[in-house]
Amino acid sequence: MITLIDYKAGNLTSVRKAFVHLGQEVEITEDPAVVRAATALVLPGVGHFVTTQRLATRGVRDAVLDAIARGTPFLGICVGLQWQFTGSTESPETPGLGLFEGQCERFRTTLKVPHVGWNQIARTAEGKDSRLLRGVPDDSFVYFTHSYRAPVVTGVSAVTTYGETFAAAVERDHVFGVQFHPEKSGDTGLRILENFCEYAAERQAARAAEGSAR
Amino acid sequence: MSTGTASRGITKRIIACLDVTAGRVVKGVQFVDLIDAGDPAELAHLHAASGADEVVLLDITATSDARPILIDVVRRTARQLFVPFTVGGGVRSLDDAAALFDAGADKISINSAAIKSPAIITEIAERFGSQAVIVAIDAKRKTGDAKRKPEAAVAAEGIVAAEVYLAGGRTPTGRNAVEWAVEAESRGAGEILLTSMDCDGTRAGFDCALTASVAKAVNIPVIASGGAGTAEHFVDVFRAGCADAALAASIFHFGIHDVRELKAKLQSENIPMRLPC
Repeated sequence: MITLIDYKAGNLTSVRKAFVHLGQEVEITEDPAVVRAATALVLPGVGHFVTTQRLATRGVRDAVLDAIARGTPFLGICVGLQWQFTGSTESPETPGLGLFEGQCERFRTTLKVPHVGWNQIARTAEGKDSRLLRGVPDDSFVYFTHSYRAPVVTGVSAVTTYGETFAAAVERDHVFGVQFHPEKSGDTGLRILENFCEYAAERQAARAAEGSAR
Repeated sequence: MSTGTASRGITKRIIACLDVTAGRVVKGVQFVDLIDAGDPAELAHLHAASGADEVVLLDITATSDARPILIDVVRRTARQLFVPFTVGGGVRSLDDAAALFDAGADKISINSAAIKSPAIITEIAERFGSQAVIVAIDAKRKTGDAKRKPEAAVAAEGIVAAEVYLAGGRTPTGRNAVEWAVEAESRGAGEILLTSMDCDGTRAGFDCALTASVAKAVNIPVIASGGAGTAEHFVDVFRAGCADAALAASIFHFGIHDVRELKAKLQSENIPMRLPC
């Protein structure tokens, strides 16, 4: 079961549809209790960083942090990745989760902003064995649409270049984030979502085994 | 860190367009004389499988018939489609847009309603994000001709005066296309879909001078439409026309090109493409 967090910013249909295509059951919620009980959490996101403020106001931010602390696999997409950083200059008063260091900032480039379209990802040294990107060759194309980008810091597993190099994917233990839209990135994107589902299933099996061993 | 010698960065996009009326894909010449070209869901899937970077579905008679777009067609088309999917035609309100997003559209394209009531651009952008709002502009030149010219001649033409038309090219507005594109951007549009009515359906090439006029005036992506007939036309519109993406309908439907073949040709002309796709 994939638990999609709804925070009323944009539409979840495409993300839900992709997981359903992969044979997953999907629930959509903004109830902190449901988030705490989830076996795999996904935070899709489009639009403005300030929309994540609703997650704090509704108690979902704390529920997500609790779930992560208890080892629940968590995938953030687009603004969902940015939220995993310290914050964003798009809305300085809205704190991120602080799981990765650094502020998200607007692209500093003479190219058109937003960055819209298909661009390539390349693993970083620490992303060499990325679980999320397993089976995805370097230089694969994925679909982006965003004006703010996260910096390349510890935990960044893949980067993309658009005038400057930025974080395309992050990964630490059971926390994952992608700046691009895997649900809109053809077979490459479906592979990435499938990797997340597989990882979540393995993790759940391991936790169940731990539980029964006790 | 692998940088990948094949790295091409962001690519130019090839967008397959499905003009739909009464639930069927059709193609006309200069907006009239429609002929049947197939089922939207099937065609969308075929185009994506052969490498289309996006799919656009336009209900071309929704506005002129004053009826809502066919939600079930959108839902059916979206179901197995995992590239960006835009839907347009007859979007008149935030509720219309919301219903399309719910049915699986990633972006909506607004045309007539945006001209009549520009606040709708901002309204939809604030709710769903600018990335989800394409303002479609159907433009017809006031003077001069739109046919294919060398790159230098396009540059020499400077800013082209073209008039915006509504309701699938039926109603002139008196508005200048470049100025309207700039206003649409300022109101929250995430992309501009620019169709040359002079070139549409002719397969004689895009209106590169008009496309360049709009592309240079805005800081959001411009999708060129109308006139695609050969791979060279796409090279022209990406180079001389400064387009970020190009849309083609009829050249794909009847197997004249498949997208993969077109993209391979463009790549060989050093236009960055998503390949393999």
